[in-house]
Amino acid sequence: MKLTAGERAFQTVNIVVLVLLSLAALYPLVFVLFASFSDPGLLVQNRGLLLLPKGFTTEAYKMVFMNPSIGTAYLNTLFYVFAGTAVNIALSSMAAYGLSRRDVFWKNAIMFMIVFTMFFDGGIIPSYLLVGNLGLLDSRWALIIPGAISAFNLIIMRTAFQAVPVELEESARLDGAGDFRICWSVVFPLSLPVIAVMLLFYGVSHWNSWFSAMIYLQDRALFPLQLILREILISNDTGSMLTSVSSGDQMPIGQTIKYATIIIATIPILCVYPFLQKYFVKGVMIGAIKG
Amino acid sequence: MQRIVKDFRRNKLIYLMLSPAVLYFLIFHYGPMYGMQIAFKDYSIHLGFTGSPWAGLEHFKEFFNNFYFFRIMRNTILLSVYSLLFAFPAGIILALLLNEIRSTWFKRSVQTITYMPHFISLVVVVGIMFDFLARDGLINQLLSALFGFEPVSFMREADWFRFLYIGSGIWQNIGWSSIIFLAAIATIDPSLYEAAKIDGASRWRQTWNVTLPGMAPTIIILLILNIGQLLTVGNEKILLMYNPITYETADVIGTYTYRKGILETDYSYAAAVGMFNAVISFSLLIIANSISRKVSETKLW
Repeated sequence: MKLTAGERAFQTVNIVVLVLLSLAALYPLVFVLFASFSDPGLLVQNRGLLLLPKGFTTEAYKMVFMNPSIGTAYLNTLFYVFAGTAVNIALSSMAAYGLSRRDVFWKNAIMFMIVFTMFFDGGIIPSYLLVGNLGLLDSRWALIIPGAISAFNLIIMRTAFQAVPVELEESARLDGAGDFRICWSVVFPLSLPVIAVMLLFYGVSHWNSWFSAMIYLQDRALFPLQLILREILISNDTGSMLTSVSSGDQMPIGQTIKYATIIIATIPILCVYPFLQKYFVKGVMIGAIKG
Repeated sequence: MQRIVKDFRRNKLIYLMLSPAVLYFLIFHYGPMYGMQIAFKDYSIHLGFTGSPWAGLEHFKEFFNNFYFFRIMRNTILLSVYSLLFAFPAGIILALLLNEIRSTWFKRSVQTITYMPHFISLVVVVGIMFDFLARDGLINQLLSALFGFEPVSFMREADWFRFLYIGSGIWQNIGWSSIIFLAAIATIDPSLYEAAKIDGASRWRQTWNVTLPGMAPTIIILLILNIGQLLTVGNEKILLMYNPITYETADVIGTYTYRKGILETDYSYAAAVGMFNAVISFSLLIIANSISRKVSETKLW
């Protein structure tokens, strides 16, 4: 196809704009990555952008990994991510299966009940008091049960399950399979892309969550990584990590410790999402159309 | 009646599978709605939702007469309106730009990279902002080297808050929000473009007369949803970003509710503020939906 001069000029400008946008999206984290490997003394003297680490040391990472409160928080986060996502997927997929069947009398009523909560909710205070009344405050369950199902994700799953051909379900039924069996061995295997997306959505939201932990937890031994990260990054409290460093070096290394913590808290997720890209594009689309 | 019994017999297992979800929504979503009654009461932990004594509209009156009522409402609405004006179109524009790219490889790479910030936690995003925007941070270093500007403590200036909140929001979500618009573009019938080409329409005219109208239903649905969220701005992000110095522009309904309710344990008053928010939001959603229904036939329900 032939392009006019104007169209060719547009193509060039467009590519430049998109490259700049990509750099803008990428660079902040690249800076943090370079800074985390830099020599703290050289880093404080640096002015402006980093195109490579200044010097090279993994000292900051050693300090982070040796720090007991970060270690505990990391393990806590892993627990919340795995246990929380397991509960999310189990409950959402059972409900999505039920809501994707035809000829279920209460289906629409239940669906309405669920969708309504997306547009109207009781608010943070009654929810907080309820969690307290149920005796969940300051327990790991407070981060798992109150968010057990996301209505939005449930709808995405239901829509995907509806796409499974009826004939497969019927032939399984003729072979004597019940609903649990059909859900597990017919619908699930045929919906793996959407399950993968749900694992990503639920998993990421547990990994990144900090607010529920802040209001529901007091005991530092239960804190997830994001809450500790908030203390280090925003309340500027690297003091507890520096006890082993002589006082003169404290300021600069405090800085690289911050960067190293950001990296270890962010990299795991950034390694996962590109592989699921082609699936979540579909997931978002379904959710938007039906939501 | 007979139908119900028969349905239950046949779908026992399905109802069993639905029951955890139904229970969950009843307890954790309808439970708090029931708990909203404390907005009209003087809640005491010992007496619970039901047992606490009635207070009428006391807490609502207190909120409307509050010295900060105007400031909170103004901040909330301005942040919402700004994000509707700047952040919302950003995703549409990116989708349109990506749609013009022929090379699949380039397109995919830009998409993968621009999705990335969406997966970074708010704590990290705001943490990086505090670092880069500090008085001696990266941004001030660049501004002073390039333009000779005096250093500014961006995160401690009320005047900068809105710009930083919206700007960082666009940085984090532009790629992600473009997904849905790209999906909308993909559903447009290719024969419409063929017809436009035969009529001699340029790329620009095709975008204007085919692509944008094709995206309209998606744009309208998202607009309705956004209007329903007008009073619910990103509380979690603001809680991370703000400090008493920036309350003047940063304090919104959600953060105020959090401080009053959770920090100062003034539960009933905070619940009243929260209820005011929920009711207005829901009404706005219904109004937006019914207007759109009349004007464009695109609707949420």
